[in-house]
Amino acid sequence: MLNKIIPELNPAAIATSRRGFLLGASAVAGGLMVGMRAGPAGAASNTAADEPANPLAGYIHIAPDNSVTILSSQFDMGQGPYHGLATLVVEELGADWSQVDVKGAAGNTRLYGNIMWGGAVQGTGGSTSMATSFDRYRQAGATAREMLIAAAAETWSVAASEITAAGGKLTDTSGNSATFGDMAGKAATMPLPEEVKLKDAADWAQIGNESLRRFDSAAKANGTHDFTIDVKLDGLLTAVVAHPPKFGAKVKSFDAAEALKVRGVTDVVEIPRGVAVVGEHMWAVIKGREALTIEWDEAQAETRGSAEIMAEYKAKAGEPQQATARTEGDTASALSSVARVIEATYEFPYLAHAAMEPLNAVARKNADGTLEVWGGHQIPDVYQGISAKIAGVKPEQVTMHVMKTGGGFGRRAVADGDVVAEAVSVASAIGFKAPVKVQWTREDDMRGGRYRPAYVHSFKAGLDQDNKLVAWHNHIVGQSIVAGTPFEGLIKDGVDGTSVEGASNIPYGIQNINVGLTTSDVKVPVLWWRAVGSTHTAYAVESFLDEIIAEIGADPYTYRMELLKDHPRHAAVLKLAADKAGWTTPATEGRFRGLAVHESFSSVVAHIAEISMENGTPTVHKVTVAVDCGIAVNPDTVRAQMEGGTGFGLGSILAEELTLVNGEVEQGNYDTYTPLRIDAMPEVEVHIVPSTNKPTGVGEPGVPSIGPAVANAIAAAGGRRIRVLPMSKSMGT
Amino acid sequence: MAYNLNINGEQKSFDVDDDMPLLWVIRDVAGLTGTKFGCGLAQCGACTVHVDGVPTRSCQLQVSDAEGSTITTIEGVTGKVAETVQKVWADLDVPQCGYCQSGQVMAAVALLSETPKPTDEDINDALSGNLCRCATYQRIRAGIHEAAKRLEA
Repeated sequence: MLNKIIPELNPAAIATSRRGFLLGASAVAGGLMVGMRAGPAGAASNTAADEPANPLAGYIHIAPDNSVTILSSQFDMGQGPYHGLATLVVEELGADWSQVDVKGAAGNTRLYGNIMWGGAVQGTGGSTSMATSFDRYRQAGATAREMLIAAAAETWSVAASEITAAGGKLTDTSGNSATFGDMAGKAATMPLPEEVKLKDAADWAQIGNESLRRFDSAAKANGTHDFTIDVKLDGLLTAVVAHPPKFGAKVKSFDAAEALKVRGVTDVVEIPRGVAVVGEHMWAVIKGREALTIEWDEAQAETRGSAEIMAEYKAKAGEPQQATARTEGDTASALSSVARVIEATYEFPYLAHAAMEPLNAVARKNADGTLEVWGGHQIPDVYQGISAKIAGVKPEQVTMHVMKTGGGFGRRAVADGDVVAEAVSVASAIGFKAPVKVQWTREDDMRGGRYRPAYVHSFKAGLDQDNKLVAWHNHIVGQSIVAGTPFEGLIKDGVDGTSVEGASNIPYGIQNINVGLTTSDVKVPVLWWRAVGSTHTAYAVESFLDEIIAEIGADPYTYRMELLKDHPRHAAVLKLAADKAGWTTPATEGRFRGLAVHESFSSVVAHIAEISMENGTPTVHKVTVAVDCGIAVNPDTVRAQMEGGTGFGLGSILAEELTLVNGEVEQGNYDTYTPLRIDAMPEVEVHIVPSTNKPTGVGEPGVPSIGPAVANAIAAAGGRRIRVLPMSKSMGT
Repeated sequence: MAYNLNINGEQKSFDVDDDMPLLWVIRDVAGLTGTKFGCGLAQCGACTVHVDGVPTRSCQLQVSDAEGSTITTIEGVTGKVAETVQKVWADLDVPQCGYCQSGQVMAAVALLSETPKPTDEDINDALSGNLCRCATYQRIRAGIHEAAKRLEA
C-alpha cells in the first residue's frame, strides 16, 4: 500500500468537473447517458456519497518496479478509451509509454462515476469517455507528478521547482536522478497537493500527437490480449443457456436426462432466463444443450413477425402522432397553404449488434463469501448491484473485473444485467461449487434480443411558390429503448429521446418544424446500438432533405450550407468535407457523389461518398469524412473510429436486417446476418476540424451519416431513392 | 478416445470425443486461448489456424481429422512473415477491439507466405472470410501491403 501512489481528485476539482457536466449535459444526445442521469435504483450504493473514496481504488498506481498502472473508469470495447485515458495521464505525469499499462476499474462510483451523467453511476456510453476523463485523468496525472516531485525534493533537499518529471524519470539541475518507482513509496506519504497546474495546450506533447500508437496493439496482434472468453480459473466450468425461442416465453418444464449423459456435462439447472447446461468445456455443453428437452410457456410471448410489426408502424405513421418532440411555427397550417407538398416514408429494420465476441461473463464465489464477476461490464455499478442480489451478498462484497471486450456497440449495457445475471444465476444454481463461465454461441447472441429497434419515418415538407422549404413534419414510429427499464424516467412528455435524437434537433433553418413520435408496444427487446437514434434519424432526415433539394433542382451542398447559416460548426464540417472531396469538381465518368452531415453525441460529422453503379447495385469507392469532435486527444484513434464507424454504418444500410416470423428470429449466424466484409470496404479519408473545445464523442458519430451519403449518391447516379432498408432488398437487376 | 495432435511443434495426446472441433481442443483442453470463437460455422474466421500451413477454420475441423497434421496457432506462428505482419499491425494500429485479429493475422501470414506481393483482389479473396465487426478493413489492407513492402526490402 505504501508502495503505491493513489492520487484522488481534490474536492475543488470534482466540483469543477460536475459543473462542467451540468453545462454539457443538455448538448449530449445519447440515450444511455441521459438514462443514467435518472439514476437506476441502488446503482450508486457501492459507495455512499459522503463516505471517503476507497484510497486503494484510485486512478494511478506506480509500483517500485517503475510500472505505472492506470485504472480506467471507461470500458474498452475497441473504441480506444484505455489509450485515450493513458494519453491524458502520461501527458501530465511525465511517464514513459513503455512503463504504462491500463486496467479496467470498478466498484467506486465517487471515483469512476461518469461525469457526463452527473457522476451518478460508472458507465461507458454516449461516446463520453474523453469528455468525462479529460479533466479527471489529467488532474490525476498532475497530482501524481507533484507528489513524486515533492518526494524527490525532500530526498535531495532541493526545491521542487528545480525538479522535472519526464520520460518516467525525476531529475534536477544538479545531477540527481531517480525513477518514478524509486520515489513511489515516499511519494505516497507526501500530502495531497491542494491544487495542481495543468499544462497549457501549447505545451502538450502527448495530446494531439500524430505519431503516438495505441499501447495495446501488439498484444492484439499476437493473441495475448485476454478477453472474458479467455478467463482462466481453477476448476472453471462452462455453461450455455437454452433461452426461449420467443421473447417473453418462460420455461414450463424440461427433461435433463439425455443432456446429463453427454460426456463432460456436470449439471443442468433452471435459471430465471432459461435452462443452463454446465460442464467441463464448451463442446460438452453445446452437445448437452442439444440433448435437452424443454417445454416453453408462451402465454406471454410476442408472436408477431417483423412484417406485421412493420405494417402496423406504417399504418400508425399515417395517423396523428402520440407525442411531439419539437414544434416551431405552425407546421400543419403551413403545409395546408404551401405551393407544394413532398411526402416520403422510410422504413428501418431491427439490427443486431453482432459483436465478434459472443456475450459471456464469469462468476466465482470465494470461501470468504465474496463474489467476483468478470465480464464486459459497460455499467459495472449496475451489474454489481444485480450480481449481489442474485448471490445474496452485499454489493461491497462483489468485485467487478472489467474485461476488455471483443466489440460492444451498446450490447454490453443492459439494465437487467443480461449475461452477467446469467453467470451469477448459474453459479448460484450449482451452489457455487465452482466458478462458471456462461458463454453464448453466435446463435444465442443473434437471437438473444436487444436489437436496434425497427422504425418508420413519415415526412411531409412544404415548399412555397419560390421553392423555399418552409415546413417540415417528421412522424417517427417505433419502440422505446428505455420504456420498461430502470431508465424509464427519462421519457419526457411521452417522448423517449433516443427515438427522436437526430430528428428533433435538426439544425436546418426552416420556419415551421414539427417532429412527432408514436411509441409502439412490442415485446421484442431493444437496446442502444452504436449511435442509437441517429442510426435511423440521420438516414431519414438527410435522405429526405436530399429528395427535396433534388425536386427544387438545387445543389445538395450549397442548399444545405444556406440552411446551416445559423450553425457555423455544422457548416464548417460540411465545407471541410466538400473541399477535401472536391465537391465542386465533377466526379470522373461513371462515379457519383452524395453527402450528408449529422450531429450526434456533441460531435458533427459529414460524409461524402463516391460510388459507381453496376447492375443496379452500388460500389462505394471512396468516402471523405470530416469531423469536429473538439480536441482530438488521439487523432489517429479519431481517424480509426471514423474509418470503422463508416464501415459499420455502411454494412448496416447495405445488407443488415434482423427479421422475425411468428415471434422467432430468422437469422442465427453471419451467413444470414451479414455485416460488411473487406471486399466492400471503401477507401476512407478522414479530416479533423482543428478545435480548442473540450473533447466530444468519436465512438459513435462516425456511423450515422455514411448511409444517407450513399443513398444520395445512388439517387445522383439516377438510381431510385432507397426508402426501405437494407438496400439489399431493393438492389440488383 | 485419445488423439495425438502436433500443436505449435508439441506432440500431445487429447482424450476427447471424435466430433470435438479442433477449436475447442485448442482453447478449452490445450488452453491456448489466442484462437477465438466467433461463429462456430466457418463464417467469421476468428478461429483461423494453420493446418499444414493452410489457413483453416478450426471450428469446422473435427479433432479426428486433425491427427497427423501440423497445427499452428497464433501462439506458435513464427518466422519473418509472421513477425513482420505483427509488427506492422502495431505500427499501423490495425486492431480496434482485437477479437478477430488472431484470425486476421493468421490469414494475412498465410497469404503473404503464398503470395509475397498480393493485389487488392488477392487480399479480398484471402480475407473476405475474416469478419471484423469494428470494420478495421482499411488498415488490414494497408497492413498487408506494408508488410509485403517490408518483406521485399
